[in-house]
Amino acid sequence: MEAQAQESELKALMLAGLDGDAAAHVRLLGRLSPRLRAYFKCRLLNIRRAPADTEDLVQEVLISIHTRRQTYDREQLFTPWVHAIARYKLVDYLRRTKASTASIALDDTEDALSEEDLTGMDSGLDLEKLLARLPIKMGTAIRLVKLEGLSVREAAARSGMSSSAVKVSVHRGLKALSRFVRPNGDGT
Amino acid sequence: MKTDELIELLGASGVEPVRGRPLRAALVIALAIGTAAAFCVMLTTLGTPPAARSAEHWDATVLVAVFAIALVFAGSSFLLTAMRPGTIARRTLVVIGLLMFLIPCAAITALLEQGSTAAGVTLWGPQSLICLTCIPLFAIAPFAALVWVLRSAAPTSPRLTGAVAGVVSGALGAVACALHAPDGSLPLILFWYGAPIILCALAGAALGPRLLRW
Repeated sequence: MEAQAQESELKALMLAGLDGDAAAHVRLLGRLSPRLRAYFKCRLLNIRRAPADTEDLVQEVLISIHTRRQTYDREQLFTPWVHAIARYKLVDYLRRTKASTASIALDDTEDALSEEDLTGMDSGLDLEKLLARLPIKMGTAIRLVKLEGLSVREAAARSGMSSSAVKVSVHRGLKALSRFVRPNGDGT
Repeated sequence: MKTDELIELLGASGVEPVRGRPLRAALVIALAIGTAAAFCVMLTTLGTPPAARSAEHWDATVLVAVFAIALVFAGSSFLLTAMRPGTIARRTLVVIGLLMFLIPCAAITALLEQGSTAAGVTLWGPQSLICLTCIPLFAIAPFAALVWVLRSAAPTSPRLTGAVAGVVSGALGAVACALHAPDGSLPLILFWYGAPIILCALAGAALGPRLLRW
C-alpha cells in the first residue's frame, strides 16, 4: 500500500533526524511541506475560509516538528504524530482568527454608521431604468407584483388586465430583464 | 519567508540527537522541584510539623498521603502521555476520576451514616479552613513547574491536561498539608483533603487553554 510505504519512509527519515542526521531532517521537512499545504488548503476550503494563511500554517507546523521532536515516540507511527500537530495548529489558528474578527467588530462600533454607502440606491435607480425599457404592460405587471408585493389578482384589478395576462407579463418581463442584465446582453 | 528557506534554516544549525527519555526526565525534574517548593511554602507558612503526635494522627496523615500519592502517580502517568501530540491515556483518566470522585463520595456517605445531627457541626471547623486555603496555596509552585515542563512539550488537549496538572499539584499540596496533624474522623479528613484537590483541578482546567498554548 502506498500509505504504508510513505509512512515507513517518513518514519525512517524522522528516526535518522532524531539520531542527529541533519540532512535526513531537512529532507523530512521538505517531504512534509507539500502534504501539509494540501491538508490545510483542503480543510480551510471545507469550512469556507480563504486559504490565504495556508503557508503560515505550514511553516508553523514545520517549526513545531523541529522544536518538539522529542515528543515523538519512536515506538509509535509517525503520520498520526504529524497529523495531531497539524490539527492542533489548525484549531488554534481558527480560534485565533475568530477572536481577531470579533475584536475588529467591537473596535468599529462607533464608526459603524459614519460612512454612507450609495450602492443600494444606485441599483434601485438602475432597475427603474431597466423597467422603462420594457413594454408598458410588462413593466407595470412586474412593478405591481414583484416590487409592491401585490397578489396576481390584486395586480389584475389595479391595472385592468386579466389575471392570466398579469402572470404572462411578469414571466416574459422577468425573462427580458434577465437578458438586459446579462454581461453582453444588448436588450434586443 | 519562503517555506523552502525556512526548512534550510531549520536544518542549517544542525539537529541535536534526541537520546533517552527526555519527556520523562523533564517531568520528574518538574515534580521534584514542585514538591520541594510546596514543602518550603508549608514550612514557612505553617511552621515545622509537630514531632510528637498520637497514633491516630499518624493514621490520618498516612491515609491522606496514600490517597494523594496515588493521585500524583496516576496524574503524572497521564501527563507523560498528554505531552505527546494526539495521545490521551483514557484508562489512566478513568483511574484518576475514580480516585477523585469515589473517595469524597465515600467520605460523605460515611459522614451521613455517622448521624446527620453531628455532621453539620463537624463538617465546618478550623480544619476545613486550613485545608481549603493551604492546599491550593501549596499547589501553586508544583503547578507552575508542571506548566513550565508541559509547555516545552506538545499537549493537544490543553484543558484536560491543565485539569490533571491541577490534580497532581493539588495532591502534592495535600501531602504537604497532611504533615500538620490532620484532626477529626477519617471520612471528614478525606472530604476536606479531597475537595481542595477538585478545586485545583477546576483551576487547572480553566487556566490550561491559556497557559499550555504552543
